[in-house]
Amino acid sequence: MNPSIMVATTHRILSQFRHDRRTVALMILLPSVLMILLRYVFNTEAAFSRAAPALLAVFPFAIMFIVTSITTLRERTTATLERLMTMPIAKLDLLFGYALAFGLIAVLQVMIAAGISLTWLGLEIGGSVWMLLLIAVLDALLGTALGLFASAFARTEFQAVQFMPAFVMPQVLLCGLFAPRDQMTPILDWLSDVMPLSYAVDALTHVTISSDITATLIRNLLIVAGCAVLALVLGAATLRRRTP
Amino acid sequence: MTNSSAIVVEGLRVRRGRREVLRDVSFAVPRGSVTGLLGPSGCGKTTLMRAIVGVQIVEAGAVTVLGEPAGSPALRNRIGYSTQSPSVYADLTVVENLRYFAAVLRKPASEDGAVRRVIDEVGLSDHADQLVGQLSGGQLSRSSLAVALLGAPELLVLDEPTVGLDPLLRDELWALFRRLADRGVTLLISSHVMDEAARCERLLLMREGQILADDTPLALRSSTGTPDLEQAFLHLVREREALTS
Repeated sequence: MNPSIMVATTHRILSQFRHDRRTVALMILLPSVLMILLRYVFNTEAAFSRAAPALLAVFPFAIMFIVTSITTLRERTTATLERLMTMPIAKLDLLFGYALAFGLIAVLQVMIAAGISLTWLGLEIGGSVWMLLLIAVLDALLGTALGLFASAFARTEFQAVQFMPAFVMPQVLLCGLFAPRDQMTPILDWLSDVMPLSYAVDALTHVTISSDITATLIRNLLIVAGCAVLALVLGAATLRRRTP
Repeated sequence: MTNSSAIVVEGLRVRRGRREVLRDVSFAVPRGSVTGLLGPSGCGKTTLMRAIVGVQIVEAGAVTVLGEPAGSPALRNRIGYSTQSPSVYADLTVVENLRYFAAVLRKPASEDGAVRRVIDEVGLSDHADQLVGQLSGGQLSRSSLAVALLGAPELLVLDEPTVGLDPLLRDELWALFRRLADRGVTLLISSHVMDEAARCERLLLMREGQILADDTPLALRSSTGTPDLEQAFLHLVREREALTS
């Protein structure tokens, strides 16, 4: 790996976004708009405060997943990847370059959505705001990493778009947002145990009620971060210099 | 083989699905030459070039490039490769594309001189700050060619670099290829247009995954007794068909 090539890749991806302002605006503002919508759907600050922290993780997770999988698929299906594979760039330089670029966008996205929720929308949490931000950013990074990985299995953009419901929706349904995980049938409970989003939502639920930093909280954060790194490494393994 | 060869291909076979795309291909390309890879569309030119730059899964045979097995990490900043479909980012300007690829080749970003030089060489100075996606087809393929010229490679593998260019630009590019070869760079250039063949020192004529001829344009014309290379190609195809039938 070569950090300067990785940073050059990040810079290149951010430059590409600079020429596409509408996409940037959508990425950065969409979670905030959804949070505002959610606030007025519940119509009380108390009900909003119960659901909002988990959704503060779910919205960026889903958006980053879809944006990343389409962008990387575009790189894979155009000849630029083939050209890069003849050059002295390590596969991880490319993938971590992507993760860093999207990670920076995710930080902005989460800061704005959390900022609006905590002020205008009246979200009240028992724990630390910084911990809430950290978990939400980690979660957006997880979405990015899974999106990078998933793009390896799509041949067309139509397929990539449908990976969003396939990879993301089951995690949203089973993460404890709709029904407590320990009350689901054993098989669903087990499935929710192997889905990384469940641990992010557990961590966020903890932060809404308590400011204690417990061993379980740290374990949950490490699981989310570990899954993100694992997805990136698996994504690198699916990139091949030689193709049929 | 010898050190005077930039590319040595021996018994190369490539299979894609059930179809054998390259069938026992062997040849050598001398250093510092302009070699044309000519043949109809679909004859295996691109697959052969992909094998030389080391991105093609091959079934059998050996490809040696600049003394190393094709695809070796040591070759990755010694070869310039331009794919048939333009391999540049449409949502970046010409300069931004080149700066990125220069960084990947570990040429410092401050080395803007190199970026300006290749933009000049492909005649895109007036479009340097334009988005690649807004360029015309010919400009687009020249911006892709410019990337291959970065970092002063010893070998250039160019897949149909002159398609869709007006005759004047085509002439300028061939003059550039000539200058590069005079500096000692080896060029392998594919084309499906026979009138480009006369500009090469050596020709590889391909058809259906096989090399029909490997010679100089002059020798090809005289050995087949034909006035132009199109005729020479037809002569060779008919000769081969008469042998196999």
